Amino acid sequence: MPRAVSRAGLQRLIAEEDAQIVDVLPQQEYSESHIPAAVNIPLKDLTADTAAMLRRDKPVVVY
Amino acid sequence: MSPRAACRLEALGFENVYDYELGKADWKAAGLPLEGTAVAYQTVADATRPDVPTCSPDELIGEVRERVLATGWSDCIVVDCEGLVVGRLRQAAWDLDDSTVVIDAMQSGPTTVRPDGLLDALVQRMDRRPMPLVVVTTPQGRLVGVVLREEAKRLLAGEPPEMVWAECAGCPGQWRPNHAT
Repeated sequence: MPRAVSRAGLQRLIAEEDAQIVDVLPQQEYSESHIPAAVNIPLKDLTADTAAMLRRDKPVVVY
Repeated sequence: MSPRAACRLEALGFENVYDYELGKADWKAAGLPLEGTAVAYQTVADATRPDVPTCSPDELIGEVRERVLATGWSDCIVVDCEGLVVGRLRQAAWDLDDSTVVIDAMQSGPTTVRPDGLLDALVQRMDRRPMPLVVVTTPQGRLVGVVLREEAKRLLAGEPPEMVWAECAGCPGQWRPNHAT
């Protein structure tokens, strides 16, 4: 079950665990603005192939 | 959208997945930077004054009036114990009897906007209504501050603000006159 994370929790995950941030909004919205260091995998494109760019040994935070 | 993405990642075998459901709006509301092509545009957050006075629905007008007017504001935002906006006291409320309870004097459910909206679009709306002040909240309804139309217009025109947020070591920040103006 995915865990909800607060803003403070996200900042801690980035600083202490090198978390990967994934913006699942459409590409246009990602281009306009996104959290620094976030990668874009739109929800409709989220498959095993596209998720292969993510490391499995680090936390993944989606928004 | 993000809860579905988090579940999908878990189904793909990722074991350490988190969902930041509040997303960009919450990030921006905290004054944290964003990247992207539209970031250069001024947003509601850029003109938001967090120093607007607040009160709770069960206070008495007599208690609130002095506190609010001493700050130089004419309005007061009514928030519950969790910081959720429930109403707004306008200037006319100060003419009511001291024993009037705030909840009986406030405007319930005032119009609110999100911090990540475009500022110029908001100012156009405020001109049309017209609204000299609008309340800014997080997507969950928690108070962020207010936008004052005339201040926002000056910001869009590239004029320096009359007041600036000043911080110092060991003391909370406060709004002070901008001596650069």
